[in-house]
Amino acid sequence: MAKKTAYQRVQAARDSHKISTDELIRGLTTDFFELHGDRSDGDDQAVIGGIGLLKDVPITVVGIRKGADTEENIKRHFGSPEPEGYRKALRLMQQAEKFHRPILALVNTPGAWPDVDAEYHGIGSAIAKCLQVGMQLKVPYISIIVGEGGSGGAIALACGDKVFMFEDSIYSVLSPEGYASIMWKDSSKVQQAAEALNLTPEWLQENGIIDQIIHEYHSGENLGPLRDFLANQFNELANLPIDELLRQREQRYRNF
Amino acid sequence: MLQSRFKMPSRDELKKRMDKIPDNLMKECPICHTTFFSMRMGKQRTCPNCGFGFRITARRRAKITFDTFDEMDADVTVPDQYDDKKYRGKIAKAKKVTGIKESVLTGIGSLDHQKVAAGIMDPFFIMGSLGSATGEKIVRLFEKATTEKLPVVMFTASGGARMQEGIKSLMQMAKVSQAVEAHSKAGLFYLVVLCDPTTGGVTASFAMQGDIILAESHALVGFAGRRVIEQTIMKQPPKNFQRAETVLDHGFIDAIVPRTNLKQTISQFLRLHQREASHG
Ligand SMILES: [Zn+2]
Repeated sequence: MAKKTAYQRVQAARDSHKISTDELIRGLTTDFFELHGDRSDGDDQAVIGGIGLLKDVPITVVGIRKGADTEENIKRHFGSPEPEGYRKALRLMQQAEKFHRPILALVNTPGAWPDVDAEYHGIGSAIAKCLQVGMQLKVPYISIIVGEGGSGGAIALACGDKVFMFEDSIYSVLSPEGYASIMWKDSSKVQQAAEALNLTPEWLQENGIIDQIIHEYHSGENLGPLRDFLANQFNELANLPIDELLRQREQRYRNF
Repeated sequence: MLQSRFKMPSRDELKKRMDKIPDNLMKECPICHTTFFSMRMGKQRTCPNCGFGFRITARRRAKITFDTFDEMDADVTVPDQYDDKKYRGKIAKAKKVTGIKESVLTGIGSLDHQKVAAGIMDPFFIMGSLGSATGEKIVRLFEKATTEKLPVVMFTASGGARMQEGIKSLMQMAKVSQAVEAHSKAGLFYLVVLCDPTTGGVTASFAMQGDIILAESHALVGFAGRRVIEQTIMKQPPKNFQRAETVLDHGFIDAIVPRTNLKQTISQFLRLHQREASHG
């Protein structure tokens, strides 16, 4: 099979048949229980969070998700979280730390939701808190870019000890459309923008931005190998003394 | 008729012109729209009517804020790997206009005999955008402050990520956050002054991570760009929805301080956070 162009990768990452954050959670964990709310303002549907067992080990999962149909997509703003969503994720990650549960963060977002209320409710502050606290969580923390990983809204939950990407996923400072509009004042130059952004998993792995590429799964039915892989990764991280875990995490980001 | 021959430029156009020529004879305040002689702005460059702080270079701010300022890492600049001709041209121009080699000026300042690690972003250096060398300079500043047990004061002014550096620019948000948190964990004080404009990835990281967050009067403070929001909600956002005063009302800023009072306010906060050697 010929390698996909950068733009084909963008399309594949956005494909509605792609495995969803919800399917991944259901397929990877047992006993998953979804938890709601940021304990302050509301419950953002674009972010799912909860506790489940990964091969009999309790983990906390937080995820940014798109919807399966139009109605869901409208509720979830097509996978663009509001500040309440980041605060819910942060609340659950801090709770994970209290109970020594590893954290799995799944990211599928074109970026944070850009509207007036999001500004009023401190979207910048909410993302900043996720980054600051995320750096110091005293539990293993793994992030996976599932489909789209767009801008600050993605890195908020992609600052773990390890960052993985699915084969058909993208990760960039801005969406190709946004990039084309800013750089060339022409949002139709999406293909060119996709090339310029170096948003493919291969490039990002070669350049040390992510740690590994995970091959695509098309349903939540057969996630066994991925479950084993993640359990091993969490095990390795859990074997490090906490100080060493945090030192390595700091170093990972210091090197950029 | 006079009107037919003289067409007033649009506000956007006026603002653009003013940004370009900081020293023209007359100036219109983009906030209160008063027109006045430039000299009336004084060396602080504020509107004599409403106190709005006009955009100033990092060097000028260092001069009007600190009694002494020893620059650090003056030669840290955009890595050679970014060889796009257009980008190199922008960098060369930015260096000439600002007299610094990246979008932040860092150093050790003193204020009423109090030592502080200071970072000053320069809105005239490619819109104060967050390049990888910008992040590097800020991280080194925090690392030095952590080692030497110094407080940090950071003046933010930024259009957000540096598009030309792509994902590396995005990574600076995490890189700087890591250094801010290490400094914070050591029990040290971090003061932020939000200046016009503070947006994007800077707002979503170190601008909002201060122990105390101040803003200059009427400064633009937000995350998403106005145009992007307009496209999302398909109407005009409220006029002042991203002004410092609005952000204060929503609880994300400790106080608004006009530029002319900043020096004494920063000095006061340093006094209030002094480490008590005698009790130590
Ligand atoms: Zn004014």
